[in-house]
Amino acid sequence: MRLRWIGAKALGALVTLVFVLVFNFFLFRVMGDPTSQLARLPRASPEEIVKLRAYYGLDKSLLGQFADYAGDTVRLDLGVSQRSRRDVSTELAEAIPWTLLLIGTGTLLATVLGTWMGVIAATRRGTAADDGLLGFSLFTYAAPEYWIGIILILLFAVALPLFPAGQQVTPGAEFDSFFAEAADVAEHMVLPVAALTLMLLGQYFVIMRSSMVDVLTEDFVTVKRATGMPWNKVVRRHAVPNALLPLVTLAALQFGAVAGGVITIETIFSWPGLGELTYNAINDKDFPVLQGTFLVFSVAVIVANLLADALYFLLDPRVQSA
Amino acid sequence: MSEIRRLLFRTKRGLFGVSLLGLFTFLAVFGALLAPEDPRASSTDVLIGPSSSHLLGTTEAGSDVLSQLMVGARVSLVVGFAAAVISSVLGAAVGLIGGYFGGWTDRILDAFENWFLVIPTLPLMVVLARLLDPSLLVLILVIGLTSWAGTGRIVRAQVLTLKERAFVERARALGATDTYILRTHILPNTLPLIFANTVLIVAVAILLEASLAFLGLGDPNSISWGTMLEAGFGSGAPSAGAWWYVVPPGLCITLLVLAVAVLGYLFEEHVNPRLRDQR
Repeated sequence: MRLRWIGAKALGALVTLVFVLVFNFFLFRVMGDPTSQLARLPRASPEEIVKLRAYYGLDKSLLGQFADYAGDTVRLDLGVSQRSRRDVSTELAEAIPWTLLLIGTGTLLATVLGTWMGVIAATRRGTAADDGLLGFSLFTYAAPEYWIGIILILLFAVALPLFPAGQQVTPGAEFDSFFAEAADVAEHMVLPVAALTLMLLGQYFVIMRSSMVDVLTEDFVTVKRATGMPWNKVVRRHAVPNALLPLVTLAALQFGAVAGGVITIETIFSWPGLGELTYNAINDKDFPVLQGTFLVFSVAVIVANLLADALYFLLDPRVQSA
Repeated sequence: MSEIRRLLFRTKRGLFGVSLLGLFTFLAVFGALLAPEDPRASSTDVLIGPSSSHLLGTTEAGSDVLSQLMVGARVSLVVGFAAAVISSVLGAAVGLIGGYFGGWTDRILDAFENWFLVIPTLPLMVVLARLLDPSLLVLILVIGLTSWAGTGRIVRAQVLTLKERAFVERARALGATDTYILRTHILPNTLPLIFANTVLIVAVAILLEASLAFLGLGDPNSISWGTMLEAGFGSGAPSAGAWWYVVPPGLCITLLVLAVAVLGYLFEEHVNPRLRDQR
């Protein structure tokens, strides 16, 4: 039973993954046909173009081309960046850790703050504090995350020069120890992480609030109160752990939105991750890199969704019996 | 109908949404006529703060920020609404057909829907918009064609419950065709839901247009709040402390999205009263 459920989910993820490959292939081979660029070579003779087509494997059938493409992708051969002439997979490998650092810290902060705010609002339902928090979360939902980033720069890098406004380390700085470097990176992380946290916070807060509101009306909460347990303890020991369940999946399901936010936020703060790589590829029309970042974002989202399903399965016994 | 009128004009949230959306619609129609200056006119007064001659200061090219802001309302609203209509029509069609006919039709449509739900939206749009050359039409199509899956899911769920109801069964027993049942029984009963959902998608589409424009994928021939942010950021306005250039366009986006989203939630609660207790 358990294995079948997980297996079905994993199979679904695999199918989605194949879809992504097919889509990516058609998008870039058909819409962004490399021959249209070859035709632009001014001095290429027809024979040379035939040779070039053979070199790129474009003389094969569409299915043969797709097989080539899928094989290359599985071997992590994603082509060469038109801008830097370096392997796309190398560029991606350099960028991924920086993006993970940003997303990890931002998600962690948003979860903790969102939970805390959600508990406050749910236990004080209908008060000014509740209204204020709801208004705040609605505002951060409506505000573009890169605009929030720009405002953070205006406030905390320009008006009050507390934090650096861009990049991941001080340019040209030499560090005596790992800790000195880590401290420098941490300082550079403050504003981009704050922007990402503010972008995610509203969602976490709203979900946690409604989850808490539901849990607080359940019988076991009333029973615990009837035993004379102090209200604070009922909330902390019994209500919060039960209300946390939806947050687990939200963290994974939000990954798609996070991917979008990472592109614009990294652009604003010149953070050397996947987002900035995407932005540069957009501006330079560097299609191999764009194809690569799209692939990584898609795979990450699919894996995150699968993880969410698996986690939910482990945490909620109701799913297992269903 | 009177209930909707009460929600729109007698509640605080309704008034907030209606008046802000009204203001921005007015700007979208008449902004170009009322703008104090030609929004593209450049001058040597570069990045100058607010003054009596330029109420919101100037851009890096010496253009009037207020004029650009007034003209920019049009792109946001046009792209937002047009993309949302495309997305709703597509989502509604997929949801209606899949939900009503079931079987393999449903399974295939559902697989498509799942795929679009999973794939990260902005990266997908960025790729599409870059491969095509950016214009207003491309923006509308790219946003509309990639954000319909949520609507499809909601409509499908509604159709699944509707088609089991007695009045549909009665119509079928009397020999009504599928097209007839879909048109006269199923569609009218899902329309309010589709409408509420469309309004919420307008908010999302406005944000997406601004994001694409900010990433340099906007229509190069028109001024929008997103392209203003792009130009402002690109010219180093934030580090120069030129808040008058970068704060207003973002604030306009935020207020417009807030107004539309508040109205969307209002319609959604009207359609589905169970939601009301949760807020």
